[in-house]
Amino acid sequence: MNPGAAPPRGGRFEPRVAARRRAGVRFKWLCRFAVAFAVASLLVLLVHILATGLPTLSPDFLVTFPSRFPDRAGIRSAILGSLWLLTLVAAMSFPLGVGAAVYLEEYAPRNRLTNLLQTNIANLAGVPSIVYGLLGLAVFVRFLSLERSLLAGAATLSLLVLPLVIIAAREAIRAVPDSLREAAYALGATRWQAIRHHVLPAALPGILSGTILALSRAGGETAPLLIIGALTFIAFDPVSVMDPFTVLPIQIFNWTADPREEFHALAAGAIVVLLGVLLLMNAAAILIRNRYER
Amino acid sequence: MSSNTVLETVGLSVRYGETRVIDDVSLRIPENRVVAFIGPSGCGKSTLLRCFNRLNDFVPAARITGQVLFRGRDLYGAEVDPADVRRSIGMVFQKPNPFPKSIFENIAFGLRINGFQDDIGDRVEASLRAASLWDEVSHRLDADALGLSAGQQQRLCIARALAVEPEVLLMDEPASALDPIATGRIEDLIGDLRGDYTIVVVTHNMQQAARISDDTAFLYMGELLEYKETQRLFTNPEDERTEAYITGRLG
Amino acid sequence: MSLRSRVVERVMGALFLGCGALSVLTTVGIVVVLATQSLGFFSDVSPLEFLAGARWSPDLAPRSFGILPLLNGTLLIAAGALLVALPVGLATAVYLSEYASRRTKRIVKPALEILAGIPTVVYGYFAVAFVTPILRAVFPAAGVFNAASAALVVGIMILPMVSSLSEDALSAVPRSLREAAYSLGATRFEVSTRIVVPAGLPGIAASFILAVSRAIAETMVVTLAAGATPRMTLDLLESVQTMTAYIVQASLGDAPSGTVEYRTLFAVGLFLFLITLALNLLSQRLIGRFREIHP
Repeated sequence: MNPGAAPPRGGRFEPRVAARRRAGVRFKWLCRFAVAFAVASLLVLLVHILATGLPTLSPDFLVTFPSRFPDRAGIRSAILGSLWLLTLVAAMSFPLGVGAAVYLEEYAPRNRLTNLLQTNIANLAGVPSIVYGLLGLAVFVRFLSLERSLLAGAATLSLLVLPLVIIAAREAIRAVPDSLREAAYALGATRWQAIRHHVLPAALPGILSGTILALSRAGGETAPLLIIGALTFIAFDPVSVMDPFTVLPIQIFNWTADPREEFHALAAGAIVVLLGVLLLMNAAAILIRNRYER
Repeated sequence: MSSNTVLETVGLSVRYGETRVIDDVSLRIPENRVVAFIGPSGCGKSTLLRCFNRLNDFVPAARITGQVLFRGRDLYGAEVDPADVRRSIGMVFQKPNPFPKSIFENIAFGLRINGFQDDIGDRVEASLRAASLWDEVSHRLDADALGLSAGQQQRLCIARALAVEPEVLLMDEPASALDPIATGRIEDLIGDLRGDYTIVVVTHNMQQAARISDDTAFLYMGELLEYKETQRLFTNPEDERTEAYITGRLG
Repeated sequence: MSLRSRVVERVMGALFLGCGALSVLTTVGIVVVLATQSLGFFSDVSPLEFLAGARWSPDLAPRSFGILPLLNGTLLIAAGALLVALPVGLATAVYLSEYASRRTKRIVKPALEILAGIPTVVYGYFAVAFVTPILRAVFPAAGVFNAASAALVVGIMILPMVSSLSEDALSAVPRSLREAAYSLGATRFEVSTRIVVPAGLPGIAASFILAVSRAIAETMVVTLAAGATPRMTLDLLESVQTMTAYIVQASLGDAPSGTVEYRTLFAVGLFLFLITLALNLLSQRLIGRFREIHP
C-alpha cells in the first residue's frame, strides 16, 4: 500500500461537452434513420402488395383453378392444398413434438446423451430449409416412393417445424409449476397419469400457441416443397394424401417467376391471401397465449 | 461544520411514482470531510446519494423537487449539463463494476472522453497509486479487469473515479460485496483519501460509519432525522429512533 | 401400482423416447442422404474440380462441376445483404436498447416481428416486382435478374433477426456499467458506443454470424430475383446463381435417381449444410461465452 500517495490532480482537461453532445445528437439521428429504414421497408412492402394484390381479389379468384390466362386464373387448388398440407403437418408434428418435449422435460435423465439430444434439436432448427427439401426428396419422394404427394410434402415440412414445436412445447411444460406434479404424485398417480391429467392440460395453451406459430412457418415455406417437386400445374381438388398438390407459396413463386407482368398482380393477390391466413394464425396464437397466461 | 460547503440540499424530495422516497431533506456537506449516510434499508440513503450526481435522471419514474447545490450552483438548473457535473462528482458503486476492458483502459476511459491533455500513462499510474492498487497490477496493466479479485476490482473502480479529478467521491456501500480483508483495505483507502476529497459514503454498517466518517447522517423512511459529528451521533443520539437504530433495536 | 398401469407407464416412456429419438434420426437422415449421394457424385467428379473449378455447367457439354461460380454468387449476395442488415440492424438495436422511449419500442418491435414473420417467397416477389424495376430505372445497366436486388431484399429480410438478437445482447449488459460510465462524465453517445456495444460484442457477433448463415441459406429471394447464371463476378448489377438457387433450378428438372444431375444436388446441398452448420455452431459458442460474462 501507498499511504499518502498524492491524489492525481492538476491535469489539463478539455471536456468539450457541447461538441460531444452534438456528436451524440448526430449519432442518435443515424440510429433513428436505421429504425426508420426498417419500419419504412415493412410499410413499402405491405403497401405495394396491398395496392397490387387487392384489386385482383374476388370470389372468382379464390374458387377457380390456375390457368394460363391471367384473367381466368385463381388459387382454388393452392388454398385447398395449403389447408390439406397444414392439417397433415399439424397431425404429424404436434404429437411428435409434444412427445419429444415431454420426454426431455419429464423423463430424460440428466446426462450427456440428453445434452446431445438438446444440442441436436437446437442445431436442427438452424438447418437451411432447402436441406430439409433434399432430405424429403431422397427419403419420402424417392426411397419411400411417395412421389410428389401431399404426404411427402407434409412429412418434409413436419421434420422442418418439429424442432420449433419441441422448443415451444418444452417451454410450456417447464412453466408448469412442480407443485402440480407433486400434488398428483401425492395422490398416488403414476408419472404418465400426472403428465396426462395435470402437466399437459396446464401446458396446453402454451403448446398450442407455439405449434400454431410453427405451423404458420410451415404455411409460408416454399423452397423444400419446390425441391420435392411440388411445382406442378394442379387443376383439380386433392381428395387423398397421395394426390399431387400445390400450395399458396408455390403458386406465388410460380406467378412471380412468370415474366408476364399480369401474373405478378395475381402473385400479389395470392400473397394478400397468404398473409391474411398467417396473420390469423398468429393472432390466434397470441390470443390463446394471452387468454391463459396470467 | 464551519468550513466551505461543497454539496447542499434544500428541501429535497424524491418521488418514484406515488411513493415518496426522500422527504424534504436539507443538509450541507462540508469540504474535504467524510460523511456517512446510515439508516435501515429502504430509508432512501442511496437515492439521496444519487441525487448528487444526477444518476436518478435515468429512472424515468423519479420526480425530484427542491434543490441540490454543488458549490452554490443548482445541479438541476437548466443550463447545467449533467455530464459536466459528473466529472467533478465521482461515484463508486455497491458491487465492483469495472468495464470489461483491460485495467489500463478502465482508467483511460474517463480520461479519453474528458479530453485529458497530459500523458495518460502517467495519470493511470498516479490513479492506481492513489487507490493503493499500483503495486498489485503494475506488471499487468493490459490484463482483463474482470480477472482481478473483487477487492482489487473495487479499488480499480476508485482509481477510475479519481483519475478524472473529482472534488467529491460518492460511495454507495462500497464494501458491502467484499470479504472482511478487502473491506478493511477499502476503509484504509478512504482514510488515505480523507482530507483530499469530499467523500459521502452510504453504509448499512454502523461500525464502518463510526470507523471511517467525520460526520454521520441518519435517514429514516426518507427523512433526515439526525446529522452531526459521527462521534457525537453514536455516543449521544438525540432522536430516540437514531438511538434505537444504532443500538440495534431498529431496522 | 397395478400391472396395467406399470405396462402403460413403460409404453408411454418408450413412446416419448421414440419422439425424442426422431430428431436424432432426422439429423442422421440429413447426414446420410447428403453423404451417400455426395459420395456417388465424387466418384464421378473429383473433389478438386468441385472445390476449385471456376466453371459450373452441370447440364451442358462440356460439363464442368466447379462450384466456385455458385460460391461467388452466394457470397456476393450475402455480402450485399450484410452490408444492409448489419449496420442498420445494429443501429436499430442500439436505438431500441439505449434511446427509444417505451412508446417507440411498442411501435417498432412489433413492426420488426412482422417483418421477420413474412414468408421468404413474399420477399422474393417484392424483389422482382418492386425493387428490381426501381433499380433498373436508376442503373440502366442492371439486368432483369441482378444480384443487387436480391442482396438488398435479403438484407431487409435478415435485418429483424440482427436487430432483435443484438438488442438482446445490449440489454444484457448490466446497468451498473452504464452508470459507471455516466458517473465519469460520459454522454449517452459515449456510453452506448464505447461501453455498451463493446460489452455486448460477443452477443452482437453471434447475431452477425447467424445473419451470414441465414443470408447464405436464403433461397426464394435469390432464386426469383438473382437469376440462374453461374458466373465469377463482383458486379452486383449482373445476374448470378447461388448454391440454393442452383438446387431449386436443378430439382425443378426432376432428375432421375442415380444420375449425376441428381447427385449434384446433394453435393451442393452438403457444401451448403456444412457451411451453415459451422456458422451456427460458432454463433452458439459466442452466445455461450457471452452468457458466462453477463449471466
